[in-house]
Formats: sequence, structure tokens, C-alpha cells
Amino acid sequence: MKNKQIFFAVFLSILIGGLLSFRSVNNDHSIRNHEAANADLTLPEGFNAVVIADNLGSARHLVATPQGDIYVHLAAPKNGQGILMFHVDGDKATLKSGFANFGGTGIAIKNGYLYASNSREVYRYKLDDKNQVIDPAKPERIVTGLLDRRTHAPKAIALDNDGNLYVNIGAYSNICSEFDPKKTGCPILDSAGGIWQFKADKPDQTYGNGIRYATGLRNVVGLAWNQQDNQLFVMQHGRDELHNLFPKLYTVHQSTELPAECMFALNKGDNAGYPYVYYDWIQHKNMLGPEYGGDGIKPADSKYINPVAAYPGHYAPDGLLFYTGNQFPEKYKNGAFIAFHGSWNRAPEPQAGYCVVFQPFKDGKPSGNWEVFADGFAGTEEQKASGHAVHRPCGLAQAPDGSLYVTDDSKGTIYKITYKK
Amino acid sequence: MSFILLSGTLQAQNKKQATGQPTAGTSIARGKIVYTNVCLPCHMADGGGVQNMNPPLANTTYVLGNKAALIKIVLHGFKEDVEINGSTYSNIMSAHDDLSNLQIADVLTYVRHSFGNKASAVKTAEVSQARAASKK
Repeated sequence: MKNKQIFFAVFLSILIGGLLSFRSVNNDHSIRNHEAANADLTLPEGFNAVVIADNLGSARHLVATPQGDIYVHLAAPKNGQGILMFHVDGDKATLKSGFANFGGTGIAIKNGYLYASNSREVYRYKLDDKNQVIDPAKPERIVTGLLDRRTHAPKAIALDNDGNLYVNIGAYSNICSEFDPKKTGCPILDSAGGIWQFKADKPDQTYGNGIRYATGLRNVVGLAWNQQDNQLFVMQHGRDELHNLFPKLYTVHQSTELPAECMFALNKGDNAGYPYVYYDWIQHKNMLGPEYGGDGIKPADSKYINPVAAYPGHYAPDGLLFYTGNQFPEKYKNGAFIAFHGSWNRAPEPQAGYCVVFQPFKDGKPSGNWEVFADGFAGTEEQKASGHAVHRPCGLAQAPDGSLYVTDDSKGTIYKITYKK
Repeated sequence: MSFILLSGTLQAQNKKQATGQPTAGTSIARGKIVYTNVCLPCHMADGGGVQNMNPPLANTTYVLGNKAALIKIVLHGFKEDVEINGSTYSNIMSAHDDLSNLQIADVLTYVRHSFGNKASAVKTAEVSQARAASKK
């Protein structure tokens, strides 16, 4: 009898314990589900994020078609395919095709063609009336022979409404010191460190056929044509190592926050001042660079253009998109989303960035403070601070329904961010 | 952290005074200071480097292999397009020939003893030899 009581008591406690643990598992599961529903991102109230594709390789820029397809450019071809085409239906992206035997960053659609770049060339593929590539094996080479010296090699691209193609040719140096030892002028700016303009439809153009549209830009990865202004906007990656190279002029902390990552609205012939100047977002001033006599106080020559907006140092802006959709709340309309890839040159201080920022615009110009729109790509605070980020935002595109796509070039994840009232 | 570094420095100075010759232990402590000031901004505190940009210093023959070759990288910088354990790195490393032979020996000894690395110390004489050889 006693044994039976003990047995019953044990049985009961196992049952209750089991129920309790089952409940906690259930709770955990629902929490995990909830997190997965937001793809581990933090977003403003009313926004939702889902992962629509994963493990693609290094997914750089992407472009979306009105038919609901996306073309994603990989930094390096995977299984011989540098561009992947998906059809997106709700929360799911289905791989439809892969082509292009070259990796790269730049990808864009204009006037019935898909344009894509590698580190030396730009190609284009003719599209049919559903924006599908007609002959994936035979692209037309539009630009060739651009410099690739490994540093800042990706050739990000944008197109205007007048038949022109804009190509970033990054400076293959931090601050040109090794090429300008006597500080008489940075010689590499003749063929790098700027944006070049080419004809969008003329085959095999190179430096001689193009125009150096704007110079003094260290490296640009995020760039976009602003339809309201009919103007090219670019995001410059600012210089590194102010403290390391000039420990007497800049503290470790100043070097962490400076210089700014800059948004420039470009006009033909503009000079943004690299490597001679940098922008100090704390003093709101264009400064003379220390290599050329600057001391952190002397301002830059006013012949160099000022940015239209500035962001903290080393955040690494890799994607720029002007939002023209109707899905997001009114304040987002015609504003800019910026994908910040995240820093490395903030060490020994914690790394930062790894987020998508929203920059409000009014009448075609930045207006008001920028805000972090999507965060959490990096993973834990520790993963973020150490620079071992899990995901790193790179490319941005707007879906036909006004949703926002974000690529991650670390794990090859594609996020879709939507808004529900 | 600074206390550890400071005591390391003091210890290093004391030992140097006592023996007249830096030992491996003190070399590592001094090397850590050089590393923090010169190398850490690119190669990171854990020697892990930066994906696609700055190579890691752990578990690579560039660090663990031929010492003369390693010393030359510090003296002259590095801008070759190489693959390290399956990855490539785009940033150019600048020359650090402004560092003294002792500083280079110390920092390389530190690097070869850190981040999971266990390789022999680099001696000042090896640095001066490599420096002389590369001037010819």
C-alpha cells in the first residue's frame, strides 16, 4: 500500500514535471517562432521582416522587377553562377535561374536591360517584356579595362534617364600616401577615386570613352539615381587610420568616430576632396586632411563639395535606395535607406554599423536626423562589438508592392521587410 | 587592461635591467604593446583579421612559417594577391620599417605566441639580418 502511494507520488511528480517541461518547451518554441517571424531584426513598430532566401554565398547588390522577380549579384560565382534570379511570392523566394560566369557587386535594370559589373567590366543582358533575361550566355560588354588593384575593387553602378551609366572606380589605397609621398597631388585620381560616366548602350567603352563625372571620392558602393532631383547620390566610404597614422593629432576615440561616412549629391565636375580632405560630422565641417597639413582644426578648401548628410565613422555604407513605394508610412516616401555593412576600423573600440538606416528627405534633400531602421543583423552585442557579425547588410531593393529587400553578403541571406498598419 | 600592460612593461624593464638580455616572456609583453598600437586596428585584438580585407594571424604559414619572410612583411608591407586558407584579402599593408629591430622581434614573438599560435620567438638578430639582406 505504502509502495503504491510512493509509486503514485513519483508517477504524479513525473507527470507534473513532464507537463511543466512540456509547457516550457512550448513557450520556448513560441518565442523562437516569434523571433524567426522578425528574422532576428529589430524594426520600428508595425514593420515585419522575414528571410526569403539563405546561404546564397556573398549576396551583394540586387534589383527587383515589377513582375516580382529579383536578380541577386554574388561577389563570386557559386557553381559557376554569379547572378541568381528568384521569383518572390509572399515570404518565399524560389530560385528560377542562375547565370553569369562572373561575380561582382553592381546590378541594375534600365530600359529593357539588366546591367551587371565585375571588378573590371560592366555587361548588359537584354530582357523580354517580363523582365526575364533572353540569352543568359551572351551578355553585351559595355565597359571594359577598368582598374582592379584589389583594394576598393567592386564597381557599383547606377543609370540615369538620359542613357548614361555611372560606375564607381574606387581608389586602390586608404589615403593615397604610398602614391603621393611628396604630397604634390594624388596621381591615381586620373583613373580611380571617382565616378565615371559611360554611354549605357555603347559596347566596349573604357577610360578614353568615358567621362570622369566626379572625382575625389575614395570609394563608393552605395549609389542611386534620385528621380525627384534627377541627380546621382553616392555614399562614400571615408578614410581609415587617423589615429594610427597621426597619433599626436587624433585620439583613438576621435579616430573611431571620424571621419564621417558621407552622402554626396553629385553634379558633373564635382570634387569631393579625397585624399586631401575629410568630413568631420561632429564639427559639421569639411577638414583639411592631416597628410596635407591638416591638424583636426584647419578647414578644407571650399572648392571641395560638402556632403548633404553625414554618418558616424567606418559604418561602411554599401547600399543606397530612394523609397518610392506606397506600402510604408508617408514619412518614408522619397527618403533614403542606407545599408551599412559595418565597421572594422573602430578597433580597439567596439565595432558598429551593421544596420539599415533611414534618412528622411524633403524636396529632394536630406531633412532631419537619420534613424536606425533595421538592426540586429550582426547577432549578439559581443558578435557586433568584436566585428564577428553574423550578417552584414549590403544591397537594397524595393519590391513592386513597396516591401524592402536587404541582402547580407556574409551568410547570403535575403530579408524582406514589410509594413502592416 | 592598462594595469596589466603597465606591469608587463615594468616587468620587462626590470628583467632587462637584471639580465641585460630580454627573455621570451618579456618580449611577449612588450610585443603586445607594439601589437596594440600598430597591428590591432587592422588585425583585431584576437588576431582574427577582417573578412575579405585584413588577413587573420592565427593558424597561417605566413605567421608560423619562415621567420625571415614574416619579418620582411613587417618591414616592407604586403600587397600581393594571395589566398590564405581559402580566402583573399584586399587591403594593402603598409611598410613598418620605422619600427626598431627589437620592436619587430617583440611583436612577432607576441604574434607567434598568441591567438592559438605556438611558434618559436623571433630574435632581434634575425630582424637585423633580414633588414640588412633586404637593403642589398
